Amino acid sequence: MAANQQHAEYAIETSNLNLWYGDFQALLNVCTKIKAGIITGLIGPSGCGKTTLLRCFNRMNERFENVRVEGSVEILGSNIYDPEVSVVELRKRVGMVFQRPNPLPLSIYDNVAFGLKVHSPWRSLYKDDIDAAVEKALEEVFLLDSVKDQLHRKGTDLQLEQQQKLCIARLLPLKPELLLMDEPCSALDAAGTEAVEDLLLSLRGRYTIVIVTHNMAQARRISDECIYMLNGKLIEHGETSDIFLNPKDKRTEEYIEGRYG
Amino acid sequence: MCALRGPVCSFLTRLRRILRIVSERTIVSLIFLCGVSAVIFVFGIFFFVFREGAPFLRHGFDAKEFFLSPDWYPTSATNKRYGILAQLIGTGTVTLVAMLVAVPFSLGAGIFIAEFCGKKTREIMKILIELLAAIPSVVWGFIGLMVMNPLIIWLTGAPIGLNVLNAGVIVGLMSVPIIVTIAEDAIRAVPDTYIEAAEALGATRWQLVRKVILPAAKSGLLAAVLLGVGRAVGETMAVLMCTGHSINIPFDGKAPFFHVLDSVRTLTATIAAEMGEAPRLEVNADGTFPAEALHYQSLFVIGIVLFAVTFVINVTADLIVKGIRKRK
Repeated sequence: MAANQQHAEYAIETSNLNLWYGDFQALLNVCTKIKAGIITGLIGPSGCGKTTLLRCFNRMNERFENVRVEGSVEILGSNIYDPEVSVVELRKRVGMVFQRPNPLPLSIYDNVAFGLKVHSPWRSLYKDDIDAAVEKALEEVFLLDSVKDQLHRKGTDLQLEQQQKLCIARLLPLKPELLLMDEPCSALDAAGTEAVEDLLLSLRGRYTIVIVTHNMAQARRISDECIYMLNGKLIEHGETSDIFLNPKDKRTEEYIEGRYG
Repeated sequence: MCALRGPVCSFLTRLRRILRIVSERTIVSLIFLCGVSAVIFVFGIFFFVFREGAPFLRHGFDAKEFFLSPDWYPTSATNKRYGILAQLIGTGTVTLVAMLVAVPFSLGAGIFIAEFCGKKTREIMKILIELLAAIPSVVWGFIGLMVMNPLIIWLTGAPIGLNVLNAGVIVGLMSVPIIVTIAEDAIRAVPDTYIEAAEALGATRWQLVRKVILPAAKSGLLAAVLLGVGRAVGETMAVLMCTGHSINIPFDGKAPFFHVLDSVRTLTATIAAEMGEAPRLEVNADGTFPAEALHYQSLFVIGIVLFAVTFVINVTADLIVKGIRKRK
């Protein structure tokens, strides 16, 4: 968002972020600043903590038992691990897209309107407003034309690619500042991947996007900056072209070259 | 391996092999027998009930009188009448009240156990609810007789506390365990991806339950309620002790129309109470039955009616549950 970019250059700032699953430490002293308005890719081998880091940004890690977090994550100026922070409010501002498309077992319309309904006081919404918001969101993800006449259809009946777009669309009526994507294309075929990538590029600038990906080529295609992680540590954070062309760290270089991972 | 040599050794190995094959086959056929025994028993019971009730169906049975008359005088010396309308309504009303009591409690408990409480509380709750299922029905009847009865008299001023309300509450509590267990399973079977999606959108716990989990689990919850209904319809001892056991239709034309403080009698209680004194008489030489034999046989026809009702309810519930599994 242009307005936010003026106010704050960084959308997310973590300092000394540590996270444990029981006795296992999954994040070690992660300190990073993620710029607002661009696409940042999180890369690294399996189990390096990139999904865990992503899930810290909307506190989804708290769904699991035995999770302990230390350090701070500032999102647009406030520490989201402060005790007075409302998780509900946080998740309204920070949307998340999952690895497997997970539309709710409701109609397409209700899927997109879900967030709006959840965050509005009872009976404060007018049907016209919801209709307009749903239409706008579907338009933004290039889904409106194909589902315009079947908004009552179940979201779970769509093709995977459309489902994933729907999962992105349902975040937009809440006007989030941040979109977190956890390997959003790993369940899709090549055409679907391309469609979703095009969508992400079209959303770039309006939203700050953080995307976890296993796919090096994808990180290269769509991200502006990349964060390389290994064994719970942040190894390198820089512009995508730098990371891929002249990485500073030996481990990054080896990973990019495909020596491991 | 074999300390002995020659023919003795080869005989022993052969014997061992034969023994192994024989024991293997014995065990397989035993397990098979256990598997089919349930089927055999169901058909056996079905056959037996039909055989005992069949003469009544052939001779004294008048469907209109049987289902639509409240006159149940099977032992009258001059005018025997076999109408089960009052018992049908008795079973229906007790089941209705039971479900009014059980469904809100059970679904609430199911939701709480599946979604809201911690792991430890869940384990304890489940054990306690299973314990509830283990209480013998005569003990429930005893509670109805000795606790609910005076309580209802004291609270409502009714002349007697053995009535639809009493039996309904007792049977309702008896159906709670089965409804809670099935409902909890249905709720926990809702895919975690739905829950994760809703939580990531910032839904609160209650919104999550109301807008995602309950709609997704609704057919399982319906199946749970149906199994509870089946349980309530089939319950015998507790209702025999709590309903007051009088042939009476708790409805009339005046408000409030349905009198929950009326005594009734259910189908099951009728069989339980009268089977002992109804004589099983043999067929006459000319192929007819003595008039006194019809009482015994008519009780079996009531059994067939009950069998049919619970069968339909259980099959419906089963189909619903199967439907859920298939969709996943």
